[in-house]
Order: sequence, then C-alpha cells, then structure tokens
Amino acid sequence: MSSPMTPGIAAARLPQEMLAENFDDLHAPYAPHEAAVAADRCYFCHDAPCVTACPTDIDIPLFIRQISTGTPESAAKTIFDQNILGGMCARVCPTEDLCEQACVRELAEGKPVEIGRLQRHATDTLMAKQRHPYDRAPETGKKIAVVGAGPAGLACAHRLAMHGHDVTIYDAEAKAGGLNEFGIAAYKSTDDFAAREVDWLMGIGGIEIKPGMRLGDDLTMESLTHCFDAVFLGVGLGGVNALRADGEDKGGVRDAVDFIKDLRQTDDLTALPVGRDVVVIGGGMTAVDAAVQSKLLGAQNVTIAYRRGRDAMSASEYEQDLAASKGVRLMFNAQPVAIHGNGAVREIELEYTSDNGTGLKGTGETIRLAADQVFKAIGQMLTTDGGLNLEGRKIAVTGAGRTSQAGVWAGGDCASGGDDLTVTAVAEGRDAAMDIHATLMGST
Amino acid sequence: MADLTTDFLGIKSPNPFWLASAPPTDKEYNVRRAFEAGWGGVVWKTLGSEGPPVVNVNGPRYGAIYGADRRLLGLNNIELITDRPLEVNLEEITRVKADYPDRAMIVSIMVPCEEQAWKDILPRVAATGADGIELNFGCPHGMSERGMGAAVGQVPEYIEMVTRWCKQYYDKPVIVKLTPNITDVRKPAAAAMRGGADAVSLINTINSITSVNLDTMSPEPSIDGKGSHGGYCGPAVKPIAMSMVSEIARNPETHGLPISGIGGVTTWRDAAEFISLGCGNVQVCTAAMTYGFKIVEEMKSGLSQWMDEKGYTSVEEVIGRAVPNVTDWQYLNLNYVAKAKINQDDCIKCGRCYAACEDTSHQAIAMSDDRTFTVIDEECVACNLCVDVCPVEDCIIMEAMQPGEVDPRTGKVVEKEYANWTTHPNNPGAVAAE
Repeated sequence: MSSPMTPGIAAARLPQEMLAENFDDLHAPYAPHEAAVAADRCYFCHDAPCVTACPTDIDIPLFIRQISTGTPESAAKTIFDQNILGGMCARVCPTEDLCEQACVRELAEGKPVEIGRLQRHATDTLMAKQRHPYDRAPETGKKIAVVGAGPAGLACAHRLAMHGHDVTIYDAEAKAGGLNEFGIAAYKSTDDFAAREVDWLMGIGGIEIKPGMRLGDDLTMESLTHCFDAVFLGVGLGGVNALRADGEDKGGVRDAVDFIKDLRQTDDLTALPVGRDVVVIGGGMTAVDAAVQSKLLGAQNVTIAYRRGRDAMSASEYEQDLAASKGVRLMFNAQPVAIHGNGAVREIELEYTSDNGTGLKGTGETIRLAADQVFKAIGQMLTTDGGLNLEGRKIAVTGAGRTSQAGVWAGGDCASGGDDLTVTAVAEGRDAAMDIHATLMGST
Repeated sequence: MADLTTDFLGIKSPNPFWLASAPPTDKEYNVRRAFEAGWGGVVWKTLGSEGPPVVNVNGPRYGAIYGADRRLLGLNNIELITDRPLEVNLEEITRVKADYPDRAMIVSIMVPCEEQAWKDILPRVAATGADGIELNFGCPHGMSERGMGAAVGQVPEYIEMVTRWCKQYYDKPVIVKLTPNITDVRKPAAAAMRGGADAVSLINTINSITSVNLDTMSPEPSIDGKGSHGGYCGPAVKPIAMSMVSEIARNPETHGLPISGIGGVTTWRDAAEFISLGCGNVQVCTAAMTYGFKIVEEMKSGLSQWMDEKGYTSVEEVIGRAVPNVTDWQYLNLNYVAKAKINQDDCIKCGRCYAACEDTSHQAIAMSDDRTFTVIDEECVACNLCVDVCPVEDCIIMEAMQPGEVDPRTGKVVEKEYANWTTHPNNPGAVAAE
C-alpha cells in the first residue's frame, strides 16, 4: 500500500475507510427536525429575491413553507414544476452565488436560509417514494430528437414527453446524465444519484434513450431533421482548451474532466491513481472539483494555479473556501509556460502575471512547482456545431433556444447565452421544450 | 389531487379558504388580488349604515406578539368597520361578484339595533348579487361602545331579534358572526339558530392589550400616549377558537348548525383541524395580513396532499369527524393508564424534562451523574409535561399500559373496561354502572 508521500502517480494512497469517508456526502441530508428549523427561518418574502436569482424560477418561499407545514412532497412538486432535475440542482447549484446570495437573511445576518439543503430534503422525500409525480398528456404523434442526455437534454425531453410528444434521446456516452453523471465532484452526488434521477425522470414515459450515439459520428443533422419533427441539441462542450505551454504532451498531463469522469465511474476508489504533487490549472468549478478530489484521494500537495486574481476566479468564494479547507493551495496570477520532465512531468513552470488595465501580461518572472500530475481545467469547447451558426464559440440561439436552422433548437453549455451551470441548462432545456411544443402544435 | 370544492349553505367555492371580513377585504382592489391569488371566497369588510362614513384613528391600528425570531404569533387591532362610503362598497361588490361568479362573496354588515336600519340596508346588499351576508356581532372595540358589534353579540336576545329581521328582509343565507368575549358561546349560537340563522361564524377577535410601553406607560398600539383594548387574533387564538367551535358542534341544541371557522388559521393543518371540529369552511385574516395572499397556495396544496394521503375525496367527508371525540371531562376513561418513556438514543441531555417534573410535577424522572434521564414508573402519572417541554420531537412518548399489567404507581391492575367519573367510587354523585 502506498501513502500520500509515495512519489509519482499511485493508487491507494489512503485506506479504503478513509476514502469512503472523504467521498461521502459533502452535506449530509437534513434530519426532519433540522429541516423544520431551517425552514422556519424563511420569511416568505414577497416577490422574493431568491426566486429572481434562480435560473429556473422555483417558487422557493412556497416550497419552504410547504416543508414547514409538514408537506415536503408538495414542496417537491413546487420544485419539480419548474425544475425536473431539482434533486441534482439541490446538490450542485452554486447556491451561494444564486438563491442564497439573494436571501434577505444573507443581507441581514450573513446567514441565508439554506435553500439548497431544504430543496434536497423535499426532493429526496418525494423521490424516495419512487413515485413519478407527473402524468403524460395524450400522445400527439410528434417525434422529437434530443441530442445529449445531460441536464438540458433531460429537462427538454421530460417537458416534451409530459406534453405527449415521443422523444428519442441520443447520447455519445454509454450512460445518460451528461455532466451530472460524469462531470461533478463525487461528494456532491453520492449513491449513484445521477443515474437514479434519470431513471426517476424516465417515469414520465414516452422517452427512449439511445446511448453510444455521437453527433457527427453516428448521427447526422440531415438524418435527424429528416426523421423527426424537431431537434434539440444539448451536446455540451466536449473538448478541452489547450494550455499552450511547452511540454503539454508529457505524461501525467491530463484533462481535469477526464480525471473527474474516472472518479465518478469507478467502483473502487483505492484503484484510482493520483499524483503526490498535483497542480491544477484553471479557476472554475472544474478546477476546484479536480483539486479537492485529488486531495481527498490522498495527494500530498495540491495547488490550483490561476492566471488572474482571486476576484476573477469563477469558482465561488464558497468553493474556494472548500478547497482551502481540504488543504488545497490557491495560487493566483500565475500562468503555465512550460512542463518539465523526461517523458513524464516532474515540474511545472509558471509565470507571474499582472494586469495594469491593458490586459493580462506575464511579468517575465517564473516559478517552478514540483508536479507529477497536471490537470488542465481552463475551459471546455464545442466539438460539434451541427453546421449551425455560431456566436463566439457556441451555437448561436435566440429566444427559447432557436438556432439558425428552423426546426432545430439548442440549450445548455453548447448554446450561446447563460452561465454554464446545471440549473441554467435545465431552464434552457425546459424553455426550448415549451417553444418546440408551441411550434409543433401551431400555437405560435 | 383531492377535490377542495366546498358547498357552504349552497354557496359554492373552489376551496374552503375564505378571507374573513377585515382590512384585506375592504376594497375591490384587494379582493380582486385575493381572487387572482386563488382564495375561494371573501367576506367583504363590514358595511355600516348610509351616512357620514366611520372615522378611524390616524395612528397605529395594530399591535403584535412575536416569537424570538419576530414570527408574528398574535395581532390585535383597533380598526373600525369600513370607513368608505356605503355606495362605493356596494358598487365594488357588484362588479367583483359579476367578474368572479365561481367565488363566494359574503357581505358583512353592522348597523344599529333598529329594524329600520336593517330594512334599509338589506335590499341594497341583495342588489349586489352577493351570495349571502354575515352579521358582525363580534367586533369588540369602538363600535361596541356605540351599541353595535360585540355589544349585540353579548346579548342573545338581540342576536335572535336581529337575525330574524335579516331572515325576513333578505332571502339569501345569513351567517351570524359570534364574539368570543362572553362566558358561554353556546348561548349566542343557539340564539342565532332560533332567529333563523343559516350558519354561525366564529370567533371574532378577543379583547386584548398586546403590550405596555414601559417608558411612556401607554398600552400598545398607542395613540398619542393612550391605548384602547383591541381585538386579538392570529395563531395565538386558535386553541380558544377551536374550543368554542367544538362546543357549538357538539351541543345537542346547535348540533348540525353550519359553522364557518375563524381564528388563527395559518396553514392547511389549522384548516383541517377546524373542519374536523365541524366547520364547513374556514376564514383567514392574520395569515394573509402577515404573509400576503399567496399564502393560500400552501393551504390548498397541503390540504389536498393530506386528503389524498388519508383517502378523503371531498372536504365534506372531513367535516365534523373529530366532533364525536370531543366530550366532557367526566366521560374520559379513568381506566386508561400511560407512562412516559424517554428514548435514550434521541435524548440530548438538556434536563428540561427533569426540571419540569422535579420542580413542578411528580418527581417521576431520575437524573444520573452522567445526565441520563429515566422515568420512575412508580411516580409517573403520565401528565405529558415532559413531552411538552422536551425540545426533541418524539424523544419522550406516552405509552399506554396494557390491560392486566400492574401500574407500579398504584399497585392496581390496569383494567380493560372503560370507566369514567360518573361511576367512580370517589364520586359522591356516582351512579351504579348499568
């Protein structure tokens, strides 16, 4: 058995029991009394700021009141009415930047109502009853293809199926769920929640998932638009941006999303190798997820190197604190210039940066950090545009996800506009579904 | 989804949640918003006679009692009946009812105790198309000093007389709203029934002073340094209201008289409890004034979920279900014996049960050096105080002893048969069991 001190990349740095503990729920679910006390703090604000801050417009004061009056199942219904993936969003939403940041108690006391955990309490309660709470409208005979079984595609498919349409979801991976299944830190989605949520969502009926089908390889836009009445693209961002640093191709340099994916899919954490000295390049949630999980797997030293200052970091303050509390070092104003090592990475060379208002520039001063593993988390990019018009590096959409081609909608990370968040993807998928429904049924 | 439609006196409404006659129902603007928010009906704020409008104070009208986190537990008010011209109210009622035919529209009325006053106003109210009237015999402040409101409601003969006039000059349902500021609520209820009332509604507000400002020595709400008792309402009054409702529901003389329940209804559960005690619907005011009209959404979803879970398909099925279980003390089963039981896994060792029992009750809880609290069955009379003061729900429970077991406190065998005070040997007036 190895230890955190074992040089190089090694598996089983920590005993199994410690790994199990490390990767347990980040926040344990509320006990009923805790939920009651937490719910009691909600003021039931009028035209509540938390609702405005929620990309899916969940009626938060109402669902919290329903929890406090002993009807968490009704609360869950209030949530799912707006966000069918409310269970996952309760776990992964950066609530500190959204609803909880807007909470009037955050303003008053610096302690918001714990909306995310309350949402989990409600959705877990209803889902534990294994009852899909929606009925499907009579079948319309319309067929819709959804490409991508991530949050946007699932939300779109569910809403379409609810309105009686037949939906076929194609996904490149062997399992549905998209980033919920492959791309979120394991301690945010324990007990195979992503897969359970997909199963539960499928309870609406009228949805067929075809895995292992990648747009561009196994599917073409021509065949989809020919065979279906409408197409929704929720393909996400499949590619990872390059570091553009010398030696990027050396061994031990990986995409953070692949590392996270391996972590999520493994059933034996002790078999998962991780470096002793890990450096993560980037400043977003993926960087934090990769860094924290490296630490939890037993890496001795983990550093996040971000090229800008703390203020510009897209990972929230909460995520930064989480990383720091797990022992991750946060390094700012440092950009990679070279990866050193004979075949495999041994050191990473970073250049300090500054921005005097004319853009970020290297200062010329460099520093070398020991590294036997480097994770790239500097953003993902679109790999399939389906021949549609782009806006910047994403599929251009207007209104509720309408692309440049009639009959084709897009949403989630692959589409322009909105933050790259699970909850935003759900909102976009849902709204596109409503627009598709209105278009197909001739009410627009 | 359970069907929440209710039929109260032939007046249909999509749900049993009506807004009580009060500030929220004083104007067309508010009532339209209430109906848009989903309320099943409203009782329009009390109309007075034609003439110079009522005058209200120009300072604080409300006083409050709070929990530690400023949760509003009780509210009192010194506002009078509507201070807007009669004709304006009547026109608005007519318009709103026409636009919302599926909602219940009841008009609250308070005019002097003279036949002519009622004879004058009733046809004008009838012309609005409203579904019924509610007689405000309950308002305890201001108007009662002028011989109206609670001043009428405290005299059963007046209630009967005015109700009779209303039945004579108005052909739709007449609801009599009762004041709790009396000693026996069954008397005014019976008087209303004799007068021909179609239903009673209760409770109106309770005489109250919510607080005294210890700097100015003025009761709150204070008007230029002086205060007057106001009408108390909100969650704090619910137990009083439910008791009064149950008394009317189980009194043979008034049993079956439709009741509209009022008093602290804040959640679906409150409503379900009032309905189980015999109410055909409930009226809400303080909850709406505290949280806004949207509050009705929780009431509807909660009541519907509970009814689904219990298998009730209509509100009608719930009405009065608890009434047979409301009885006099003398009929409670004295052979029922329970003992407190503390679940050690749930106990957080705060010792509140011990303090309560040791200091103020029966010395039936033992405390060990390591702060383990256990019930002494030889002393426990199952009073429930430990349960009531325990901060952990279900940590202490009352467990019924089984027939045949020996109660360690009395040394007597627990008997299977029901036996109450009327046959108890210690009762000098006991009658032999038949």
